[in-house]
Amino acid sequence: MPLILGVDLSAYWATTLLKVLVVLGLIPAGAIILGYVFLLKMMSHMQSRLGPMEAGPHGSLQLVADGLKFIQKEDIFPERSDRFVFAAAPIVVLLSTFLLYIVIPAGPRLIVEDLDTGIFFALAVSSLSVLGILMAGWASANKYSLIGALRAAGQLIAYELPLILAVVGVVIQAGTMSLQGIVMAQAEGEIFGVGIIGNPFIFTQLIGFMLFLVAAQAELTQAPFDMPVAESELVAGFMTEYTGFRFLFFFMGEFGTAFAFSAIGATLFLGGWYVPGVEGTLADVLGPLVLGAKIMAVAFFIFWFRFSYPRLREDQLQAFAWKLLIPLALVNIAVTGVLKVAF
Amino acid sequence: MVAQNLIFGVIAVAMGIAAIRVVTTQNIVHAALYLVVVLAGVAAVYILLAAEFTAVVQILVYVGAILVLFLFGIMLTRAPIGRTSDLDNDQRWLALAVSLLLLGVLAGVLADAFDDTKLPADAAVQRSGEVGTSIFQVYVVPFEVISVLLLAALVGAVVIARRD
Repeated sequence: MPLILGVDLSAYWATTLLKVLVVLGLIPAGAIILGYVFLLKMMSHMQSRLGPMEAGPHGSLQLVADGLKFIQKEDIFPERSDRFVFAAAPIVVLLSTFLLYIVIPAGPRLIVEDLDTGIFFALAVSSLSVLGILMAGWASANKYSLIGALRAAGQLIAYELPLILAVVGVVIQAGTMSLQGIVMAQAEGEIFGVGIIGNPFIFTQLIGFMLFLVAAQAELTQAPFDMPVAESELVAGFMTEYTGFRFLFFFMGEFGTAFAFSAIGATLFLGGWYVPGVEGTLADVLGPLVLGAKIMAVAFFIFWFRFSYPRLREDQLQAFAWKLLIPLALVNIAVTGVLKVAF
Repeated sequence: MVAQNLIFGVIAVAMGIAAIRVVTTQNIVHAALYLVVVLAGVAAVYILLAAEFTAVVQILVYVGAILVLFLFGIMLTRAPIGRTSDLDNDQRWLALAVSLLLLGVLAGVLADAFDDTKLPADAAVQRSGEVGTSIFQVYVVPFEVISVLLLAALVGAVVIARRD
């Protein structure tokens, strides 16, 4: 048994504590990486400007500085707010993000808990964030906040369906809902009898992947689906009244969830942590790096769309989900099912 | 088993308190939020019983969808912050009687069905595959009947909602 400082690391409480600490560190780290690389730098360079350059080399410590600033700010409650619900709302949002990380595998042994319901669990807990958003909007005692929260609830419920249906194709093909099982199904797959790189489901589930990206974009309330926080109409929607570390919680929740959804997309469609021909401990070392690269690739698309398209109107947004995405996802499931039985 | 019993006690007490607060609180949004605690507690009990799939469905359907729709509906119509005095009516004793009756019936049925059967100490986590098999092979006819029933309710709701 591995001993560090006289503590048996294989004990249940020790491994659990270690896992919790790793995830607690991963959420702000993921949020800072995505925020810096895409929000600050990629958007700036795409728009022919530099973005923040002062804090750290090439402005790389800007978000750390911002975070420190937020922590120092006064903790303000609006006078007529419902204090308890107002304070609890960001925690509910962050809790949903935190739970998402439980089922994402980064290596053969690098997973918090390989649940049998894997991806289903992830989609279920991601729907909890709506609750936090509604709580935030209502407790703020501000009509713009409430409108933002209601828009968010309508949007997130509408896009949860295509998100779940897009994943069903992958689950049918892999024959399991466990994310570790889905990675192995892709690793052991073959493309026309050639099994060198396995069979990443992006080739067979291209429609599913595109549906997943669009629905995830809407679940993350990134533009063009940013009606809930439309700054020109609603200031910042449900976040308007939040300052200091409570706002920081929302920010970390948003980007931490974007990181987790990119990881889920990379795992479901791009083969996850698997490196062909690498097994055992080496896979545990290389896995997180490979998964990280794939996360950045998926996140690149999410943020590219964010900076490229103008905001959808509310009716266009709902019609897009119910009249295009959901029927397309159902057809995809039917075709996948037929092919699965046929072959 | 000690740990399970301990955790069950904690969950049960939290659910009990939250359930009482659902009906005694003076704010309609708070009532809905206490209901979240109760329904999440049900999911936690499912996990204790090693019914993982059922627990996830409970979270997805009740907490993630139904209660969000509750809150959505309440907030769209009337949801003042603070206490409202007109939430109570005169039927509390009737409600208490019905609740006690329901408790008695459920407790009686459960005690009659399981008697003193004990849960296996090392219950394996229920696999989602087994759930799928029992729904789509063993109980496929009842499943389809319930689906048609739900579809009928859905169509009915749409017909009532749009009057044109």
